[in-house]
Amino acid sequence: MVAVPPVRHLTKAKDLADARYVEPITVDDMARAAGLSRAHFSREFRRAFGESPHQYLLTRRLERAAAMLRSTDRSVADICMLVGLESVGSFTSSFTRTFGESPTAYRRRYPDPMVYARVPTCVLRAYSRPQRSTFGEDAAPTADLAS
Amino acid sequence: MIKLSTAQLWVHDQDAALDFWTRKIGFEVREDVTVPEMGNFRWLTVGPVGQPDIAVVLMAIPGPPMIDAGTQGEIANLMGKGFAGTLFLTTEDCQASYEELSSRGVEFTEKPEERPYGIDCGFRDPSGNSVRLTQVRQMATV
Repeated sequence: MVAVPPVRHLTKAKDLADARYVEPITVDDMARAAGLSRAHFSREFRRAFGESPHQYLLTRRLERAAAMLRSTDRSVADICMLVGLESVGSFTSSFTRTFGESPTAYRRRYPDPMVYARVPTCVLRAYSRPQRSTFGEDAAPTADLAS
Repeated sequence: MIKLSTAQLWVHDQDAALDFWTRKIGFEVREDVTVPEMGNFRWLTVGPVGQPDIAVVLMAIPGPPMIDAGTQGEIANLMGKGFAGTLFLTTEDCQASYEELSSRGVEFTEKPEERPYGIDCGFRDPSGNSVRLTQVRQMATV
């Protein structure tokens, strides 16, 4: 039997972001799920997964918004709320910074959702994850993730 | 005709995996054979009730001399990160399965959601392996 590696606890924090991104969860909540102090957690998380916990959480929200833009006809404002973000303005600018185009332009570029309807959504989402880029948000403390 | 019979999952702890897949998920034990002459190698398979033709091997990550210690650690780490593959399961009622498994302490990474191909949700086994559980909807052929 191989000992469970410490990274398994970091995965629990990642899963928390995956499962509860709709709620106003914070990096502190993620650190608690991993059973680590905030500073230690952020460092270890970045080492294991190549991005900060805050970046991970934000890109999950944006990735899911992108999936909804491709596969539903919900409004941009609805989608913003459905991924746990409160301000449509900052959602639109985060999205644009990350995907290089506005939510509306992004949606226009994709074909009829039925083309990809058979591919599992978890797979489509994983493969449409935005590349890590410089988020303006990263510079600021991550205290308020809901905004 | 070639058919699929057995899929394999790496696990950190075979006892924990056995407990999870039988007591929480409801699979049955198919084979549980320990070979003392081979370093207590344990061949452990489980499978869904009513599908005797398909089984999942819950395989402990081997060490030296079969796999060098470094690779063994890498596999363990990949599993811990949740990147060692995905198992896809189906159910007739995703919401009911979700509620039942949740009540038994299965931790879901995703609640049931409507998809074009059905309703699905996701959870992890104790080793970090990702599992999807789908209620498949019949779709017209493209």
